[in-house]
Amino acid sequence: MGRKILTGLVTVPGIRSFPVYRGEGGYMSVEKALCEMTPIDIIKEVTKSGLRGRGGAGFPTGLKWSFLDRKPDKPHYLVCNADESEPGTFKDRFLMENMPHLLIEGLIISSFALGANTCYIYVRGEFKYIIGLLNKAIREAYENKFLGENILGTGYSLDIFVHPGAGAYICGEETALLESLKGKRGNPRIKPPFPAYKGLYDCPTVVNNVETIATVGPIIIMGGEEYASIGKGKSTGTKLISACGNINNPGVYEIELGLPVEDFIYSQEYCGGIRDGKRLKAVVAGGSSVPVLPADLILSTPQGQKRLITFESMQEGGFDSGTMLGSGGFIVYNEDQCMVRNTWNFTRFYRHESCGQCSPCREGTGWMEKVLYRIEHGKGKVSDIDLLVSVANKIEGNTICPLGDAAAWPVASAIRHFRHEFEYHIEHPEICNRMDHGKLIEQPAASIKYR
Amino acid sequence: MINHHLYKKEGVNVAFSSKILEKVRLIIKRYPDGKQKSALLPILHIAQEESGGYLNVEIMDYVASLLEIQPIEVYEVATFYTMFNLEKTGTYLIEVCRTGPCAISGGEHILDYLEKKLNIKTGETTSDGLFTLKTTECLGACGNAPVMQVNTEYYEFLSNEKIDLILDTLKKMANGNKPEGSRWVEKF
Amino acid sequence: MVKVTIDNISIEVEDGTMILEAARKIGGKIVPPAMCYYSKLKKTGGKCRTCLVKVAESSSRDPRPMPKLVASCSTPVQDGMVVQNITSKEVLDARKAIVEFLLINHPLDCPVCDQAGECDLQDLSFLHGVMATRYEEGRREYPAIDIGSYIKLHMNRCIHCYRCVFVADQLTDQRVHGMFYRSDSMEISTYIQNVVDNDFSGNVIDACPVGALTDRTFRFKSRVWFLKPIDAHRECNKCCGKVTAWMFGNEIYRITGRKDQWGEVEEFICNECRFERKEIKDWFIEGPRKIKRQSVISANKYEKLLKPNQK
Repeated sequence: MGRKILTGLVTVPGIRSFPVYRGEGGYMSVEKALCEMTPIDIIKEVTKSGLRGRGGAGFPTGLKWSFLDRKPDKPHYLVCNADESEPGTFKDRFLMENMPHLLIEGLIISSFALGANTCYIYVRGEFKYIIGLLNKAIREAYENKFLGENILGTGYSLDIFVHPGAGAYICGEETALLESLKGKRGNPRIKPPFPAYKGLYDCPTVVNNVETIATVGPIIIMGGEEYASIGKGKSTGTKLISACGNINNPGVYEIELGLPVEDFIYSQEYCGGIRDGKRLKAVVAGGSSVPVLPADLILSTPQGQKRLITFESMQEGGFDSGTMLGSGGFIVYNEDQCMVRNTWNFTRFYRHESCGQCSPCREGTGWMEKVLYRIEHGKGKVSDIDLLVSVANKIEGNTICPLGDAAAWPVASAIRHFRHEFEYHIEHPEICNRMDHGKLIEQPAASIKYR
Repeated sequence: MINHHLYKKEGVNVAFSSKILEKVRLIIKRYPDGKQKSALLPILHIAQEESGGYLNVEIMDYVASLLEIQPIEVYEVATFYTMFNLEKTGTYLIEVCRTGPCAISGGEHILDYLEKKLNIKTGETTSDGLFTLKTTECLGACGNAPVMQVNTEYYEFLSNEKIDLILDTLKKMANGNKPEGSRWVEKF
Repeated sequence: MVKVTIDNISIEVEDGTMILEAARKIGGKIVPPAMCYYSKLKKTGGKCRTCLVKVAESSSRDPRPMPKLVASCSTPVQDGMVVQNITSKEVLDARKAIVEFLLINHPLDCPVCDQAGECDLQDLSFLHGVMATRYEEGRREYPAIDIGSYIKLHMNRCIHCYRCVFVADQLTDQRVHGMFYRSDSMEISTYIQNVVDNDFSGNVIDACPVGALTDRTFRFKSRVWFLKPIDAHRECNKCCGKVTAWMFGNEIYRITGRKDQWGEVEEFICNECRFERKEIKDWFIEGPRKIKRQSVISANKYEKLLKPNQK
């Protein structure tokens, strides 16, 4: 049993409400931080904890905070990124739905540390009921004087507002999110200047993921060193992993970083193995944007060691045989699933979600989608496979924001690891018209190791 | 060919009730002075819901006047975000998630079933004007796949039987009021 | 002042200058092409990605290279920065790719396009493109529409550079056209059948790098390479009145702003000068204008013409 730092209280009845949450020791971290610590202390503690951004990039949070332009001539903002739209990722929703006060607690401490008096939570618009839940929790916090003017008599004031998105994956990118928050189209902009210098309304701004912010409260209570003692190497603490696909127990699990992938997928405590006794074919381990890995490579590294759920272990093998932890969205595929159709599916998603402002992504995602559609619908040519690899390579690294890379990696990795399925589709038109018809693809004996 | 929408004004007058206007003013106040444009997304959500599920030119122009911005700034935003409908939909807009995790968990079959059951193709509206069927990309509920949303309300762990039940319930509720607390204007 | 080295040529420029501007100061072949950046308009650039360059050394203080290619139009120079443009194969390959991306949905209807001969996309393809396309899918199609009595919009040809949106934002008091939808369905339009009509709207034609926005008063009148560009001016109470008149014999076929060697107008002009003054008596003729671009008009056949006062 790993430690449950974020989700330990989830099962307490009524934990969404302020009195119950407070009764369980909630908001003690706010009292500690605001009354006993300075903003610099808090940042030091977070730095010590080794906490890394939970949104996908894994950038050290303490370091990100230390970049903030602290000149007092402009207001500072903290923006919480709750625009969770990465396919396979639903941990932030789980957290906001079940533990809204944990997020608010983290927001108060983080805002205090950053010298921000206004904080926005940018929630994706589809989470309409969560917006209601959050606003209810925020109202309770105001009523109990944890928000508003002069919090706990410290003279520090903070307002938190919930801002709804309206259906755009790209607004999860921090600069696009800030544009969207200004009431504009969600077009990312070139960095630098980074939001820490020029963010919301051209003021210094920090954008952090929901899970990152929610972890700040527990870090203050337990101390940064204690938090850093959990986990493995530079991947400290616990992480929420959202698991979905063909597994027995889909859901959100809090794990201590360093847990072997195999244990996560097969133990009853977590995913509980592959549903209906089928075999494991592939896993996308960090939300749809990261490279897909076949069963043998996700369970063990190319060197034959167990692959662990850490930022580093996931990357072992580089792009040839590794992937990334990303946002921690595990999508598990059984032997019935068709990797060509899945690649088309993801590419269609990226085409749909590209903001369209820069050429490689706007044109490239559409191009790849059309070619993949042809292959999947029985009109592919052998040369299409190399064309796809080439187009993916030309998008990668040439765009303003990481969406271009996110669109290119699934295609490049699927072809790298499942090339025979693409070839099979081209040789056998009409084979596949639904995702679970992947079993119709004859697998060459040596090409794929199911587990 | 891609739709090239050259919308025309419908020639109707629109205005929020005083109660909603008050809420709108509260929302605008959440943003610094002069940054009232920030309130555009929340207000468009309210406007869409209060005016029958879609945004026509008059409503967008009205929102522009409320926020003291150019109408074009509203059109640009309304066309960018997928939650805003620019054409009239049925009473219930059913959007089935079709992205990877839902698709490998049977989402494609759910869409097939809905098409058969409603006797329409994706993108169409039933002849009684009750249901519009569409697909959408990831709703962030992959653990509860397959998932669909009906007018921004989630329905999860779908199966054919569950769909039957949902459609029946929706049909019965069609003429009733929306459940209390479910409207956008009540969420803020 | 900071020192930057681009393709082994060093130059000192003011702090905060973008790499592209520094390259333009050096001039010649090392200047990256730009399809969306327009120095006369604020906030443009970064979108088309044709100006990507490699920063081999970030600065003398931090000589590490930048991890990705950067858009030279929006990356400020730092002291000691070393940039590679045409000396980097990576850059040239990326540029080739961008040209391919820009062309896959372009209709390639150059034979019937009024922009042909002075089109940035033609020049770009000529210099950096490949002979054959690998794109076999359907192309985007939109009907051509009139946005007002002066301007024609061919959305098919648009490369989504946003320049026209910035022109409307920064030169006119009410923008009525903009960018709609997203990803590859993104389009420029007025949304409702609006007319783009104000004193400076015609500048979108000059700013447009392709034939998406063209002059209706010049539509199909002539190919640009048959016309001789002549600098002319008039007293105008709305704009500078300094234009290039494109003449055939003694007839003015069209009026544009005076474009410099980067294809940018020196000064924006008003619609009255552009569309309503097509008589030779309306203008003081200054003399032939040199066109220094790759396009066919750069043959400068009229270079030897003398200015009227030199006769």
